Amino acid sequence: MARVGVFICHCGENIARTVDVAAAAAAAAKMPGVVYSADYKYMCSDPGQQLVRKAIADHKLTGAVVAACSPRMHENTFRRAAAAAGMNPYLLEMANVREHCSWVHSDRAAATAKAIDLIRVMVEKVKRNRGLRTITVPVEPTAVVIGGGIAGIQAALDIAAGGKAVVLIEKSPSLGGHMARLSETFPTLDCSQCILTPRMVEAANHPNITLMTSSEVESVGGFVGNFEVTVRRKARYVDPAKCTGCGECWSKCPVKNIPSEFDAGLSRRTAIYRASPQAVPNQPVIDARHCLMLTKGRCGVCAKVCPRGAINFKDADELVKVKAGAIVLATGFELWDHSAYGEYGGGRIADVIDGFAFERLASASGPTAGEIRRPSDGAEPKTVVFVQCCGSRDEKAGVAYCSKICCMYTAKHAMLYAHKVHGGRAVVFYMDVRSAGKGYDEFVRRAIEKDGAEYIRGRVSKIYRRADGKIMVRGSDTLAGTPVAVEADMVVLADAVTPRPDARTLARMLGVAYDADGFFSEAHPKLRPVETAVAGVYLAGACQGPKDIPESVAQASAAAAKTLGLFARPKLEREPIVARVNRITCAHCRACINACPYKAIEDFNILDRSGKVIRVVANVNEGLCQGCGTCVSVCRSKSVDLDGFTDEQVFLQIAALGPEESGVKSRGSS
Amino acid sequence: MNVAQPPTLARIIREATGLDVARCYQCGKCTAGCPMARYMDLMPHQIMRLVQLGGAPAEEKLLGCATLWSCAGCLTCTQRCPKELDPAGVMDVLRQISYDRKKTSPEQKKVLAFHRAFLKTVESDGRMSEFSLVRRYKMASRDFMSDVALAPAMFARGKLKFAGHKTPGRKEVRRIFAVCRKGGGR
Amino acid sequence: MKSIGYYPGCALACSGIELDLSIRALSGLAGVELCEIADWNCCGASSAHSTGHELAVALPYRVLALAEAQGLTEILAPCASCFSRLKGTLVRLRRNPEMLERMAGLTGRACRNSVSVVNVVEYLGRLLKEGLAGKLTSPLKGVKVAAYYGCLLSRGEGIVEGEDAENPTGMEAAIQAAGCEAVPWNFATECCGGAFSLAKPEAVVDLSAAVLGDAEQAGAQMIVAGCPMCHSNLDMRQRAMSAAGRRTRPMPILYLSELLGLAAGIAPKTIGLDRHFTDAMSIAGRSA
Repeated sequence: MARVGVFICHCGENIARTVDVAAAAAAAAKMPGVVYSADYKYMCSDPGQQLVRKAIADHKLTGAVVAACSPRMHENTFRRAAAAAGMNPYLLEMANVREHCSWVHSDRAAATAKAIDLIRVMVEKVKRNRGLRTITVPVEPTAVVIGGGIAGIQAALDIAAGGKAVVLIEKSPSLGGHMARLSETFPTLDCSQCILTPRMVEAANHPNITLMTSSEVESVGGFVGNFEVTVRRKARYVDPAKCTGCGECWSKCPVKNIPSEFDAGLSRRTAIYRASPQAVPNQPVIDARHCLMLTKGRCGVCAKVCPRGAINFKDADELVKVKAGAIVLATGFELWDHSAYGEYGGGRIADVIDGFAFERLASASGPTAGEIRRPSDGAEPKTVVFVQCCGSRDEKAGVAYCSKICCMYTAKHAMLYAHKVHGGRAVVFYMDVRSAGKGYDEFVRRAIEKDGAEYIRGRVSKIYRRADGKIMVRGSDTLAGTPVAVEADMVVLADAVTPRPDARTLARMLGVAYDADGFFSEAHPKLRPVETAVAGVYLAGACQGPKDIPESVAQASAAAAKTLGLFARPKLEREPIVARVNRITCAHCRACINACPYKAIEDFNILDRSGKVIRVVANVNEGLCQGCGTCVSVCRSKSVDLDGFTDEQVFLQIAALGPEESGVKSRGSS
Repeated sequence: MNVAQPPTLARIIREATGLDVARCYQCGKCTAGCPMARYMDLMPHQIMRLVQLGGAPAEEKLLGCATLWSCAGCLTCTQRCPKELDPAGVMDVLRQISYDRKKTSPEQKKVLAFHRAFLKTVESDGRMSEFSLVRRYKMASRDFMSDVALAPAMFARGKLKFAGHKTPGRKEVRRIFAVCRKGGGR
Repeated sequence: MKSIGYYPGCALACSGIELDLSIRALSGLAGVELCEIADWNCCGASSAHSTGHELAVALPYRVLALAEAQGLTEILAPCASCFSRLKGTLVRLRRNPEMLERMAGLTGRACRNSVSVVNVVEYLGRLLKEGLAGKLTSPLKGVKVAAYYGCLLSRGEGIVEGEDAENPTGMEAAIQAAGCEAVPWNFATECCGGAFSLAKPEAVVDLSAAVLGDAEQAGAQMIVAGCPMCHSNLDMRQRAMSAAGRRTRPMPILYLSELLGLAAGIAPKTIGLDRHFTDAMSIAGRSA
């Protein structure tokens, strides 16, 4: 005989404002099989859970329905409460009367009737629930970190320090990401390379870290604790085991005119090249699109001069499979393309540059050895205009959001310029100054008060190049109430921070959500900033949203902590909502095996006592099965059913909503 | 019971154009690109701000400012506004209200004389012939001397004609003017 | 295109007479009949929309209604301001059927808002594509031209279609077809001072001088304009600019239609080239 308890939550006002919870509790009490019915303000709170536990014990309940929020919120909470009271947790179900009812309707009478229906449906189900046992799967204690910038490096180092293995995958030939291109970092004006390169080397040398540069993720299968990541290790054409990084090859390469991506196009590189002198690994790769041997079959000078014979033109991409228990996404960002602003020259004016280009000018290891010189003629600019919010906060032509870091790096640029060009004039056009971190506002004030940067509040309307080479900037001072025109020698645009264009492809591979702007979505904006909705996949750094280095590092360490927490348990518990095959009726038509999206069903031999195979049937691997139910729907002999969601349960749930004459009668207990 | 408040300028603008001026975040791009800014007392972004602010003193400032009549309607502000707020359209509505309520800036006599002369010519002839326009304008503005040297040259080139061309059905045009005047515009 | 409705607008009879002459000549050469809207009235230009909401719509509405009643489906408005008013009204009424009804009552004329409006750049582009390009037998070899769009031929969402407002190129094909070189320059869409010619001539001198200055710095030998107001400001006020110390060298200002007319071998006087204030006849000598 079923003894079901129904617990209806008010959820403060969230449910009770729209659903008459007292009436629902009264209606539930009359449902067949229900022996206890109650309502309470916050069922998930301690007294609420106490209520559930006490009722289970006092009334010897055989099943429970908690009518409250979505099971995604608190199913675990209530199942733990049930378990604490000695009831199998899978005998407790939730009826979602919040997200599916009170939050989407406003008519109180109709919403209450619907809530009662939802409860009735779950009561019918719960009466036929069986006590299931959690399934455990092993966890592969290896993490895959995708992205080798500061966030990826930090996450890899933290996980490795925790004693677990890491595979660090970086798309470009070297670690370091954007931080490696910076001159100095705010607010301390630390040399960026000086603080970063030790970490890069540590990551490359750490015994627990396997570094895969020039590599991209091709596909991802599996699930938390048991991912299978296929990595495409792109052809480098240089044997890493032999190369010493001596530089003979790139000094002799005849193709010298490729705009350097690292230097934002301010310098040229060769076809066989190293991104920068501090690259890790400190070895060149060949850019196949521009190499004469690889495109036209001639030259080959690098192979001739290499003292170690490390050049291999026959190199090819290699696909490698990596088993991992957790994945950390740290793919970083890119700058918005300001050629979309025709009024700023449409990207055609050489002396109108972006923030990274300015960093390369200022960097001691950059194309001008740290001297500020303008791209068109190499002259030292005496007046530089910095334009904040270029593309940011512009719903019409750019992105709607604020890119967070530009106010700070613009102040930094103004300061670096003032330090390097004595007597130079730095003008900053801004809308607001967002400098909320520790020491940040003081930093900006220092740029204004000590280093003489002229801050003018107003957006710039037009930038054009006069025939005499001056860059004309038409801005405004909204505080003083006047337009302001500046004759500049160079203009630095603080372009918006955007996710990488291929981030979406990677997200889809993993099933990770991303927002309208392409940033990866965290599981909860307040309380779960480094997890995604996909268990076992974590986020770190600017790929989740614009942020500076300290925040990226903090997030990376947080993602590492989550990863280590996952790996701390040798086995993972999984919900026992899995398919089960009836071996007696299974006809081995293999429809389920072909239909299963998780490759979780396989052939199973039934042997006689002498070991001879007498029948072959389908068998579900509980570790892989995700409980999607596809096999149940394709089986022609109705030999597969889903634990926790049997056919019988589903039909009876439907019948609970319909008229009495629907003809579906219950077979078992009432 | 509340006494009915007259609608604010922001409300009138919203009804006329569909724009919600509250969205303006005072970036100043409109002012930065305005070719006539040096002939204005209030800057375009200040016009938007005063509409946002509302209240009697702000309204008075807005309707009586010289800016409205120095605006060339070049649409540079509207084209570049990152919030798609059409400051040129807002200026138009304010001009119409200012003209209608007879609050126009005393500094801008010449511009207003021009508009009145233009419209008077169209009302009378259905079309604007430059000679009639210039004649009326000079009478109203008392500005007889400027461009006097150009007049003979214009006549010689056929760019100014004594006999103005008229719309045959100009009575209909006059009726339109009359109806609009009664409706008071806005 | 065999024929098209024609709305000359007030300026084309007087100060913009060259635009009218050259368009008629080109259309004749291309075999396109210009069907002038009978009984047309002034569109109201900036004076109407600056002073009255209803009048600003009613005047263009009457024109559209007349065109429709005459059986026209498309009209050419060569003056950029007329184009802006007519097309702007058309777009407005399409979005606001209640206003369309109100205008019918106000004017006493019914209109289904079925007529479309094109500007001079679109029209000339079409003429070229439909065969006029083959008739440009006297190209002006290598003359450097600054294509000047001004405000209303480049800006106006929903009104000017198919142009990048910050970098318009609608005139380029025509300029190249005429044998000229369109030079890159910065002031192609900067305001000339517009309708302030009478009431604020100092503003016109100021802004137009800046336009001429940039064209000159870009190496242009001539400016091609689309709008009669722009043409007048740039052409007629050059002496005033010199008097104000803003200019020294005269710069011929041609309508795009005059340029094409020259390239088509039409006599300069026929297209009005001899009526400019700043000599443009010298340009006529450059055509082959």
